[in-house]
Amino acid sequence: MLPFFQWCENSAVGAAIRGSQWLFPVIESFHLLALALIGGAVLIVNLRLLGLGLRSQPAAQLARDTQPWLIGGLAVMVATGIPLFLSEAIKCYYSPAFRMKMAFLLPAIVFTFTVHRKVAAADEKVVGPLRSGLVALVSVALWSVVGASGRWIGFSG
Amino acid sequence: MSLLSFCQWLEQTPGSIALHESLWVYPIVESVHVLTLCLFVGTAVLLDLRLLGVMMRRAPVSEMARRLLPWTAAGFVVMVTSGALLFYAIPVRTYLNIFFRVKIAMLILAGLNAWVFHSTVYRRVAEWDLDPVTPKGARVAGGLSLLLWAGIVVAGRMIAYNWFDSPAVH
Repeated sequence: MLPFFQWCENSAVGAAIRGSQWLFPVIESFHLLALALIGGAVLIVNLRLLGLGLRSQPAAQLARDTQPWLIGGLAVMVATGIPLFLSEAIKCYYSPAFRMKMAFLLPAIVFTFTVHRKVAAADEKVVGPLRSGLVALVSVALWSVVGASGRWIGFSG
Repeated sequence: MSLLSFCQWLEQTPGSIALHESLWVYPIVESVHVLTLCLFVGTAVLLDLRLLGVMMRRAPVSEMARRLLPWTAAGFVVMVTSGALLFYAIPVRTYLNIFFRVKIAMLILAGLNAWVFHSTVYRRVAEWDLDPVTPKGARVAGGLSLLLWAGIVVAGRMIAYNWFDSPAVH
């Protein structure tokens, strides 16, 4: 795996970001703005599944309404995350925080677009509060680990 | 006592030194501050998007406000508390940092914007609660809020950089 990370580090995009004083913080600012958007979209549906907000709206309606913003936020996240990674790929390779983030990112995305999506779209009476609450908690936990370990990349090395 | 000398005094207090030198507490407080973006800005943005008429157009605005604002407020409390601790850890440098000053200025503007919205257009929310397209005042408030919070996030991230710091700090 290390040669791949070295190749990333030596890529033109990575080098350009390292060579600039302001590119990294500017890209990272957009990464953070998308974090707020994803966080909001994920939280509002999960709070609803936990019975803690917007109870007059069916969860399915909320999930449908927030879906484009969630996907848009994810797209910005990936589009900004990749160049940030390219600029410090070797550091990421040796960073436990980065490995943890990647290890939780995949299950978080898969869970969001499979189990979570299904439960949010289903009739609440069929799913039951226990199951939808559990799904909401797992979703919040997965995304929280992704966010926290992402922040921690900056503290390591 | 000037603000600068207050910050200089603050920097010498044992709590500030301990926080500044801590291995774990400072990064944890910083992570809490960043992750609370989801709760605070995330929920505020959802209401702004509804006010702009681009999201959840069928949901009553008053219900969204009633259900979301407690979470926004809780997020705000965590933000201010963790933010105050971050400032307390590094007072002088932060005070002299241009991005910090821009951030505080935008925070005041965001507060004013919310206050004006709640004391004018929102007073008459019953008249436009279910309108997919909200009155102009509400759209302006939602747009301003979005812009200001985005600017606040960016300026906040930039505090880490000392490009325009006064040489007096170093």
